[in-house]
Amino acid sequence: MTNPNNATITTVHRAEFTASDALKIPTLRILKDDGSLYAEAEAPTLDKATALKMYDTMVFIRVLDERMLAAQRQGRISFYMQCLGEEATTVGSAAALTDLDMIMAQYREQGALRYRGFTLEQFMNQLFSNEKDLGKGRQMPVHYGSNAINYMTISSPLGTQIPQASGYAYAQKLRGLEAVTICYFGEGAASEGDFHAGLNMAAVHKAPVIFFCRNNGYAISTPANEQFVGDGIACRAVGYGMKSIRVDGADILAVFKATQMAREYALKHNEPVLIESMAYRLGAHSSSDDPSGYRSKEEEALWRKNDPIARYKAWLLQQGWLDEAADKAQTEQLRIDILDALKVAEKVAKPGIEHLISDVYAEPIPALQQQLDELKQHIRKYPDAYPITAGRLD
Amino acid sequence: MAKMNMLQAINNALDLAMAKDDGVVCFGEDVGHFGGVFRATSKLQEKYGKARCFNTPLTEQGIAGFANGMAAQGMKPVAEIQFADYIFPAFDQIVNETAKFRYRSGNEFNVGGLVFRTPYGGGIAGGHYHSQSPEAYFAHTPGLKIVVPRDPYQAKGLLLASIACPDPVIFFEPKKLYRASIGEVPEEYYELPIGKAEILQQGKDVTVLGWGAQMEIIQKAVEMAAAEGISCEVIDLRSILPWDADTVAASVKKTGRLVINHEAPLTGGFAGEIAATIQGSCFLHLESPIERVCGMDTPYPLALEKEYVADHLKTFEAIKRSVNF
Repeated sequence: MTNPNNATITTVHRAEFTASDALKIPTLRILKDDGSLYAEAEAPTLDKATALKMYDTMVFIRVLDERMLAAQRQGRISFYMQCLGEEATTVGSAAALTDLDMIMAQYREQGALRYRGFTLEQFMNQLFSNEKDLGKGRQMPVHYGSNAINYMTISSPLGTQIPQASGYAYAQKLRGLEAVTICYFGEGAASEGDFHAGLNMAAVHKAPVIFFCRNNGYAISTPANEQFVGDGIACRAVGYGMKSIRVDGADILAVFKATQMAREYALKHNEPVLIESMAYRLGAHSSSDDPSGYRSKEEEALWRKNDPIARYKAWLLQQGWLDEAADKAQTEQLRIDILDALKVAEKVAKPGIEHLISDVYAEPIPALQQQLDELKQHIRKYPDAYPITAGRLD
Repeated sequence: MAKMNMLQAINNALDLAMAKDDGVVCFGEDVGHFGGVFRATSKLQEKYGKARCFNTPLTEQGIAGFANGMAAQGMKPVAEIQFADYIFPAFDQIVNETAKFRYRSGNEFNVGGLVFRTPYGGGIAGGHYHSQSPEAYFAHTPGLKIVVPRDPYQAKGLLLASIACPDPVIFFEPKKLYRASIGEVPEEYYELPIGKAEILQQGKDVTVLGWGAQMEIIQKAVEMAAAEGISCEVIDLRSILPWDADTVAASVKKTGRLVINHEAPLTGGFAGEIAATIQGSCFLHLESPIERVCGMDTPYPLALEKEYVADHLKTFEAIKRSVNF
């Protein structure tokens, strides 16, 4: 007999449903709150330099988030998105990759970006959409991207990066590269059609991609229990014939270990893997959002105790790898550096008028060139109305 | 030179592109072993292997997203959307992703080399879900290029140019002509320019403009007009984004009259864009209002297809109205 339906046929003779909760997916946790390990847990192999780079990155983005949210409140930048509470999720996963691996993020993965080597100046130039921004001042703040460090430029529409990651990883495989693609998205974005399309495409075409779901409990104001009914997101992988693992997203060692395993498996077998990282979005969705309209202070306070940085710091101290005084001094210095970089970036000029039409195509099409020429004439007529470009049209 | 129909010319172009560059990969629904429902990718899997020519699951948004990712990595995906009527699940991936990839990243990343091939248009008794001409939706999206060939020679040269193009291209194939249009096609590799219209026939009384499958219909109408002593200049636009406004304007300045023909519905159709631009650049040269001969503002019909379409008789009448205004 052939198997035209591509499904296991186990025949029974009495009608019975398979229960909707038949699949129970456990959550990997290695670190206790006090920084010690669970008895049966094993810490992943981590050298001191890597371990400290992970810690420094977590601290960097926490301080950056604090400072830049304040800058937004002061009206210095138009928009910002924090990742408070999710630092271990993105830093721990990025640390388990190599620099050749492509990162396709959603928008709250500044931890992965910083870990890859995005500089403070590059963060600032993007946030201030100035002429040094790699993205030429075209996207709202936090839509970072850099070819040099294999970090795909962020796109606002949710979930679009998911099937793209499948295609990107498939191309890496065809090229014979020793590399995978990691694709981050939230539990809300997993409701998009692109999630289904992307996971199925990756599974069918055997693309070495790590689908990394940041289940942080909220899609703006919509709680996860109004987003889906099934057991989280990890169980869906099974439906696509894909391996999956669920981790405690506030436990950086668990995230690191799971991603390391996923990378190894994806590369060795040319198969996608799904990781679901359970955390809590402690901050607002964005600077335009106010969570007091949809969740209680009590709930937030409860989760605030589950601080991923504190937990990891306790472990580092136990290893004897962190000096509390030096750490404090370093954080203070970081606050100064960030403020200094902010002051520099906000004074850098905006992109020139030619960047209105550059990169729409590899070369501007004739109609675009004509529109730009007409615009320049118009600006020359009313220079006061267009102060950013009026003085530098040629 | 060899005699080929349009499908053979497209298949030949894909074959040459895949032989020339191992980054060229063809995929879509039923595209693999079967060679596509119209057989445009026939034998390609046999020749280049399953990794470079394959079936995809039934998900247009997945196909488009996958293609975006591959192109961003530097490969040249040629993705087939089985019918242009089914391109809409991929609309977000094409309009928000494909079209803006280079721009939004400041040229850090791009999807040049990506081609969406899709059969469009009526004339096959396909009703409203196998006959649409959705080019105008995409023409409204900066960052895309939109190409529509009229015959086998054009199809091959324009498809090869699309694959070589540093910008993403939607390549609309007039499926009515797949087997009906036969012509001499060079066997070797060649490209035809994207963004350049072609004057198929010189004339002095009226310019008649179209693209794709409508060029045959225009030809028929122009012959009827010639029998009545009307001299038509015939232009095939070949690509509607970018479109060659200079060639059209030069022609209209000479003839003083313009008739535009397309299959898609009138309202919001690309003829409106052409008319607006040409009345701006040729206002003092125009002897009569610009005529549009288009599909009606209804879904594409089935039983009453003949009545609905922008056929040669309607085009002939528009030519006479334009000349006798």
